[in-house]
Amino acid sequence: MKVTIDQDKCVASGQCVTAALDVFDQRDEDGIVVLLDANPPAHLADDVRQAAAVCPALAIIIEE
Amino acid sequence: MVVVSTPDSVLVVGASAAGLSTAEALRRQGYRGRLTILGAEEHLPYDRPPLSKQVLSGVWEPQQAQLRPRAALDALDAELILGDPAVGLDVAARTVRTASGRSLRADAVVIATGLRARTLPGQDGLAGVHTLRGLDDAQSLRKDLLAASRAVVVGDGVLGSEIAATARSMGLDVTLAGPQHAPMAMQLGPFAAELLSDLHAENGVRLRLGASVAALETAGGRTTGVRLETGEVLPAEVVVVAFGAAPVTDWLDGSGLRLENGVVCDACCRAADGIWAVGDVARWHHDGLGTMLRLENRTNATEQAAAVAANILGEDRPYVPVPYFWTDQFDAKIQVHGVLPTNAEVDIVDGATADRRFVALYRQAGRTVGVLGWNMPKQTRLRRSELDTNAIATPTGGTS
Repeated sequence: MKVTIDQDKCVASGQCVTAALDVFDQRDEDGIVVLLDANPPAHLADDVRQAAAVCPALAIIIEE
Repeated sequence: MVVVSTPDSVLVVGASAAGLSTAEALRRQGYRGRLTILGAEEHLPYDRPPLSKQVLSGVWEPQQAQLRPRAALDALDAELILGDPAVGLDVAARTVRTASGRSLRADAVVIATGLRARTLPGQDGLAGVHTLRGLDDAQSLRKDLLAASRAVVVGDGVLGSEIAATARSMGLDVTLAGPQHAPMAMQLGPFAAELLSDLHAENGVRLRLGASVAALETAGGRTTGVRLETGEVLPAEVVVVAFGAAPVTDWLDGSGLRLENGVVCDACCRAADGIWAVGDVARWHHDGLGTMLRLENRTNATEQAAAVAANILGEDRPYVPVPYFWTDQFDAKIQVHGVLPTNAEVDIVDGATADRRFVALYRQAGRTVGVLGWNMPKQTRLRRSELDTNAIATPTGGTS
């Protein structure tokens, strides 16, 4: 799985972090998404899919 | 034992965030049957929050508001029928009729037709008067704003406040008019609404609050401004009417579904056997709050879509979200989890209001029922866990 993020689209809701804490974080100053792991391991794949699904800005793109 | 059968076909009526998210959630949750998405507009599914901000200001090209690229839509393996509004539903036959004469039947029908902007009497056909609901509205409003020097925004809710901020940032002389004492007072409560009022005033937005609009002023088929009930006239070349929206349910009149401020659903968002509703149009029973609720916000569209998809596939689980919304105005990003009752105790727990960067907890009877963040998104999320989700009580009706 390959993950990319679109920081211009991100609205800093932080829902991705709630869904997949090991893959996403937020910048302290403005809450914009930070990608911690662009190639997450298989056991996190469902969490990452969930993160992409709940992102209200659809700023997370997954290539399986 | 209840035997649940997975439907062989699902029809989603509405191709915006809630409708598309439902289709995506169905596929994600393993549904492999026939899937049809019916949209009233010609545009590929697009997102609405950017319309009053990035699209209106011109920071984004309109296409950037598109929800998914074409390839992702193709990968959904759904039939996408666009530009053909639904005009009727036969509940027993689960068949939707469309404006072009199509008749679409499915084992499960999902109603996701969203909202339509409310308008002022005499507004139709009057040049210079706008509502903002769709992509075409945003582009048409932008065109008029670029050619104008003065705009009046009628409506002091989320949308009106955002449009006023964007139009002001585009360099126009902007007046924000509405019945409340401060912008978004209903959504933010008195404390944060006052701060928002200050923010607008500092940025040069003229506030004419606490007075209702009596009528549009016109000359030669164009608007020339608005007249308040106080008699004051606010001259403008562009008037934006943003005082709320109504659920799009007229196509369901006579269907037998209960329509009261939206499509009335049970706790699982089911309106009738095999008929579901999702997003802005759905009014369902929130079991946690013990009340009927309809939420007009972006995150609800996605969360409710996932819940409805699961229930279509047999989960039968009540939908009990913690409401969340955000707004971006000038340099402020305001995020709200839970509810902000007018009589709540407000406690600043991170940052400081003077810095315009803080997180506030809202407490009622010793329990935390709301979190409001102002330019502190990460800290706001971290504070969300302090919400007592059992204690959140909210009035019936929509929030934005």
